[in-house]
Amino acid sequence: MATTYDYEEAPATYDEGRHQDLGYDPNFVPDSVRSFVVHLYRHIREKNVYEIHQMYEISFQTLSERLFKDTPWPSVDAVAHYVDNDQVFCLLYREMWFRHLYARLSPTLKQRIDSWDNYCSLFQVVLHRVVNMQLPNQWLWDMVDEFVYQFQSFCQYRAKMKNKTEQEIALLRQYDQAWNVYGVLNYLQAFVEKSNIIQILEQEKEGLEQFTATDGYDYSGGSNVLKVLGYFSMVGLLRVHCLLGDYQTGLKCLLPIDISQQGVYTSVIGSHIATIYHYGFANLMLRRYVEAIREFNKMLLYIFKTKQYHQKSPQYEQILKKNEQMYALLAICLSLCPQVKLVDETVNSQLREKYGEKMARMQRYDDEAFVIYDELFSYACPKFITPSAPSFEEPLVNFNQDAYRLQLKLFLYEVKQQQLLSGVRTFLKVYSTISLGKLANYMEVDEPTLRTILLTYKHKTHAVDSDGKIISNADVDFYIDDDMIHVVESMPVKRYGDYFLRQIVKVWYI
Amino acid sequence: MVRERETPKQQQQVSYTVEQLVAVNPYNPDILPDLENYVNEQVSSQTYSLDANLCLLRLYQALMAMPAPDFSLCLFLIPERVQMEEQFKTLIVLSHYLETGRFRQFWDEAAKNRHIVEAVPGLNAGFEQAIQTYAIHVLSLTYQKIPRPVLAEAINIEGLSLDKFLEHQAANSGWILEKGHGRGQLIVLPRNEFNHPELKKSAADSVPLEHIT
Repeated sequence: MATTYDYEEAPATYDEGRHQDLGYDPNFVPDSVRSFVVHLYRHIREKNVYEIHQMYEISFQTLSERLFKDTPWPSVDAVAHYVDNDQVFCLLYREMWFRHLYARLSPTLKQRIDSWDNYCSLFQVVLHRVVNMQLPNQWLWDMVDEFVYQFQSFCQYRAKMKNKTEQEIALLRQYDQAWNVYGVLNYLQAFVEKSNIIQILEQEKEGLEQFTATDGYDYSGGSNVLKVLGYFSMVGLLRVHCLLGDYQTGLKCLLPIDISQQGVYTSVIGSHIATIYHYGFANLMLRRYVEAIREFNKMLLYIFKTKQYHQKSPQYEQILKKNEQMYALLAICLSLCPQVKLVDETVNSQLREKYGEKMARMQRYDDEAFVIYDELFSYACPKFITPSAPSFEEPLVNFNQDAYRLQLKLFLYEVKQQQLLSGVRTFLKVYSTISLGKLANYMEVDEPTLRTILLTYKHKTHAVDSDGKIISNADVDFYIDDDMIHVVESMPVKRYGDYFLRQIVKVWYI
Repeated sequence: MVRERETPKQQQQVSYTVEQLVAVNPYNPDILPDLENYVNEQVSSQTYSLDANLCLLRLYQALMAMPAPDFSLCLFLIPERVQMEEQFKTLIVLSHYLETGRFRQFWDEAAKNRHIVEAVPGLNAGFEQAIQTYAIHVLSLTYQKIPRPVLAEAINIEGLSLDKFLEHQAANSGWILEKGHGRGQLIVLPRNEFNHPELKKSAADSVPLEHIT
């Protein structure tokens, strides 16, 4: 699993051809590794999901930490004979092998291409053959997550043309199918379709299928692999489309998953966070601020309550990073759409601590405010990519930042359009009625300009939701009667709802 | 661990599908008769390049789809250097005017660039109407009663044409025409929850059932 999402990757420091120099022998298999693969192989054949999970989560990490801190694991050829040369096990082993490489070292171009080939082979097996195994959800999620991560990493690598060697360019030309955007989308889409997961989720609602109830596991002797990969691929697609800047398609891909409920996506913390982070981000770019705030709030509260249980897990660092990024996104959303009622107390106090000052400055909408919007957006946004291959004819330049720069520019453009709104908001909070003439005076604009500002306020605070309905984001609203503005304040209602809920829960536990 | 099916093992080669391409560029292909040809050409040449005219057409459609955020969704997908081209810059300016309620400036700029709109077959008639619909939408969020000149400027209709238009709206859409205090006509727009707050259902304190069960 990838713990780093940096733009700047260090140049490849490991090359299989030079293994003698670095003291790594791909053919040397320590006893502990032999034992590891033998046991893991047996557990997979015997479908001991719990044991597989322990080995995958704990043993693999322990051995990596102890023996392979900065070298790869032994090559698959060296371990194959311990596991009957089982083709599928070897593909799974290689998948872990590459994941470890990406996490600890920097892959060469050849290794990136080989990893793609391995995914192709592994995915072909799952898609076209009858696979009779049950794997832990954690592993299946990691496969999808890592697949998308390596795609993202490849696009960024490929976009840095400036210092590419002749050899690298030749390889890129030759293997132009590797990590092709259509290939990636095709596999994820194929998993969704082949697994029939959308229909399964539909039928589950009517009680005709069991999927969520068993966490995706198959207790009637079958396999969970295709189904769960299909399920997680929906999240994978959301992520890929966000990386491409196609937020609407991304959200469409996620639609079959009901995020207002628990589901298989919440069975793995990494998947839960990835889902909500990208869902929230896409909604932010679609100006559905209330929706984004709601989901970020829930997720941040959940992380606050449960992160202690993940302290020892290899995902911990990523959890913390995404946590911080979501606070930054929440700060942005609340500055563009002040809706304090939507944020839980715990989350709010964390937010104040981290971004209280910055939020105050953002809402001033002066030059400094834009600097802060830029800063937070850049820190928290996904690592956007340009999916197309570079032209190898033109002078070699780096264009890995192009996609990010475009998204940032469009985001700041939107912020600029909302600049005048905070001024209006301030006045609307003070008056219950005010004539257009008077308000124009106070705001030092002429009446026609004020009318356009008020129209902008209305347009920007009333978003179009996914069903095409208009929903209001406005904390303070108004209507105009000829030349008179009538302010409508949504009164801060005392939260009786929450109080009753707490009382009900208390009674249940008597 | 794995049973072989009867079917032969698939090749490594990944196949492209039209659905994939459309999924990456999700705008309504029905209005674009040559999308399939374009796509087939792209697929056979295995390139992922942009056709500028296709983009322009989509941007027009997106403008017409306002208040939906389609226009910015399109911009997210078009490379910056393409957005710097003259025709794109014009459309971005037009979008900006519509996003910020500057209808007068919009109609002025659109008039100056009529040739662009007219160059696209079938676009002309629907375009003006779509923008007027959007204008009325925003005005309906904002005004209970709107002075005639403000409305006229927003929808770019004046004089007799406007009279006819207002008559039609009064007959079919529930608009009411009043006499303003010495200032000409006042148009009463239909009531909705956005310009009549009392119509808004109080959702602030409702507790969704799933929170209790």
